[in-house]
Amino acid sequence: MTEACEILAAADSTAVADINIETQQAVEQFLYRQAEMLDEKRIDEWMALFGVNGWYWMPAEADQVEGDGEPNIFWEDQGLMLMRNARNTHPRAHSQAPHNRLNHVVSNVIIESENGDGDIIVRSRFHCAEYFRYQIRTFSGKYRHLLKKTPDSYRIALQRVDLVNREGPYDYVLQWWL
Amino acid sequence: MTWTTEQLAGLVEPDRAHRKAYTDPEIFDLEMERIFERTWIYIGHESQVKNPGDYYLAQVGRQPVIMVRGRDGDVNVLYNRCPHRGAQICTARRGNTGNHFYCSYHAWTFHLDGKLEGMPAKREYEGTNLDFDNPEFHMARPAQVDNYRGFWFANLSEDGPDLATHLGEAAAAFDQLIDRAPGKETEIVGECFRMVQQSNWKIFLENQLDASHPGVTHESTGKAAQQLEAKIRADGDEPPLELSFLTDFARLGHDGWTKFGTVGYRNGHSSLEGYMGLRPDDPDTNVYIRRMYEAYGEEKAEEILGINIHHMLVYPCNSVQPPLQQLRTIRPLAHDKTLTEIWHFRLKDAPETIYRRSLAYYYLVNSPSTLINADDLFNWWKCQHGLDSSASEWVSFHRKAGQDEEREGISYSAPESMSELPLRHMMHAWRDYMTADEGAKS
Repeated sequence: MTEACEILAAADSTAVADINIETQQAVEQFLYRQAEMLDEKRIDEWMALFGVNGWYWMPAEADQVEGDGEPNIFWEDQGLMLMRNARNTHPRAHSQAPHNRLNHVVSNVIIESENGDGDIIVRSRFHCAEYFRYQIRTFSGKYRHLLKKTPDSYRIALQRVDLVNREGPYDYVLQWWL
Repeated sequence: MTWTTEQLAGLVEPDRAHRKAYTDPEIFDLEMERIFERTWIYIGHESQVKNPGDYYLAQVGRQPVIMVRGRDGDVNVLYNRCPHRGAQICTARRGNTGNHFYCSYHAWTFHLDGKLEGMPAKREYEGTNLDFDNPEFHMARPAQVDNYRGFWFANLSEDGPDLATHLGEAAAAFDQLIDRAPGKETEIVGECFRMVQQSNWKIFLENQLDASHPGVTHESTGKAAQQLEAKIRADGDEPPLELSFLTDFARLGHDGWTKFGTVGYRNGHSSLEGYMGLRPDDPDTNVYIRRMYEAYGEEKAEEILGINIHHMLVYPCNSVQPPLQQLRTIRPLAHDKTLTEIWHFRLKDAPETIYRRSLAYYYLVNSPSTLINADDLFNWWKCQHGLDSSASEWVSFHRKAGQDEEREGISYSAPESMSELPLRHMMHAWRDYMTADEGAKS
C-alpha cells in the first residue's frame, strides 16, 4: 500500500485530538491558504505545499482506502501536477480560454491527531463554486489531509478529497484540482 | 414539423450532413424510435452481475432497463417499471435485490426473470382479469436480449438481424477484449466513469475515429506530457510508457496521422487502425507475450496480438479500444445532451504491469479529471452551439470524399490520408436507419 494511504486508512476518521490553540490556528491557516492559492491560480505555490512524495487524491468510490492501482478521479504526484499545470496554462489549451475561476470556502476544521513529530491528520469540509463556460458549477465535499511537520510549516503527504457526488455523472471534467 | 422520409433522406449527402440532424429535438425523438429502440443496444458485461440477484441499471433509447443475474445463473434484462402503477422498481444504480424484485409502492414482488410473484391481500384480485401467467402483469422484457461472449445487448424490436449478424466485423472489438487475456476471460474494474456531454451523440461518435483532430485538439496536453518526459529524463529516470499515450498527440503531426487507416463496415460500424506503440520491447510486455504464447501457442497468440484495431465504433452506441481494454457506451438524453459510461476491463492472468498501463490510460484519457477529453468535450459543446447558427446549413465531411475504396460492401479509407470516411459512413447508416419502413412502429 502507499504509505500515506495506509496511515489515513488506519486512523480513526471520527477522532478529535486534544490540541492547543496555536496548532489549531496554524493548521486552519494552512488549509485556508492552500484553497486561496487554487482560487488565485498561484499554482507553483500550491504544488510546493506537497512533499516530494505527496499525493493529491480524489477517490472514485467511498470505500476506497488506496489510490495506487485503482480507478480514481484524481491521483497525482508532483510530476502529474506539473503536467496538468503545463497543459492548463498552455496557450492552446482551448478549453481554458478563458480560464475558469474557482472560489473555495473551507470550514469545519477538526484535527484528528498530532504525533510526536508534529505530523497532523486533519479533516475539513469545503464548498467550491466554479465559473466556467459562462455558468456556475458547485462542488462540495470533505478533505482529509496528512501533513508532515517542517521547521516553519507543513508539507502535504496526502490530501484526500471526497466529493459528495463522487460517482457522478460529471457535467464536464475537472481540469483543476478542487 | 413532421419529418417525411424524403426530408430525412435529404439531410445526408455524400459529403455533408444537415445541421438539423444535430439540433432538432424532433429528429432526436425519431432517432430514439428508429435507431436506439430498433436495433441492438449495449447493456453491460456479465461480470457486472456476478451473483444471483445482482443488478445494474441501463438505458435502451428512452427506456430504463435492469440487467439482473437470475437464480439459474442466466442474465435477464427487464424494463425498470412496475406493471401495477408504473413506479420504477430499482433506483440505486447497482445492488443486489435478493430473491425477488420488490416495488416500494404497493409491495408487488417479482421473480428475477420478471414474473409476478405476489402482493399483499392477493385474494382481492380473485375474479378480476389480473392473471399471474399473463406477461402484461410481469416486469416487461425487451423483444430480444442476447449476448456476445458475455457482452449483453437488448433490442426493443422483434425485427432485424440477430445480434451476431448485427455486429458482423465489429465483433472483433469484443473478441479482442477477451482474447488478449492469457486467462481467456475479461472482467470490469470497479465502477464506470460517467460523463455528460453537452452535445449531440453523433458528434461524439464522429470524433472517435476522426484522425485529423487529435494533433490539434490535444496539442496542449501532448506538449505538457513531453515536458514531463524531459524532466524525468533530466532526473536520470526513464519515463513510463503511459506518458507516450499523451505525447503521441504532439509527436505525430498531420503526416503521422495519415498512417492510420479507417474502415467502414456493414450496419454503420467502423474502425481506426492502431497507432499506439503498445508492443514495445520491454520486460513487462515480454512477460505478457510469453504468457500469451503459453495460453494460446505462438501462432494463435501472434494472430490475436496482430489485430490492429485502436478503436472500433459499434453503431450506434459503443466506442471500444481493445488494446487498452476501454469500452465507452452512450446513453443519449436529448438532442444536445449525451451520457457516456466508460468502462475499464482487466485481462485475466495478464501481468499487473499490463493492467497498470491500461489503468493509466483510463485515468489520463477517460477519468472525470482527464486533460484529453477536457478539450474534446469543449469542442463538442462549441459545435453544438455553433450548429444552432444558420450561417450555413451544412456540416462538411469532404476530406477524401469520393476517394475511399469499397470492396465487398466494406469501405477503406484512401491510403495515406486522414479521410473522413467514418463520419460519412455513419451518417449514411443513420440515413438508412431513419428512413427504413417509416411509420412501422408509430
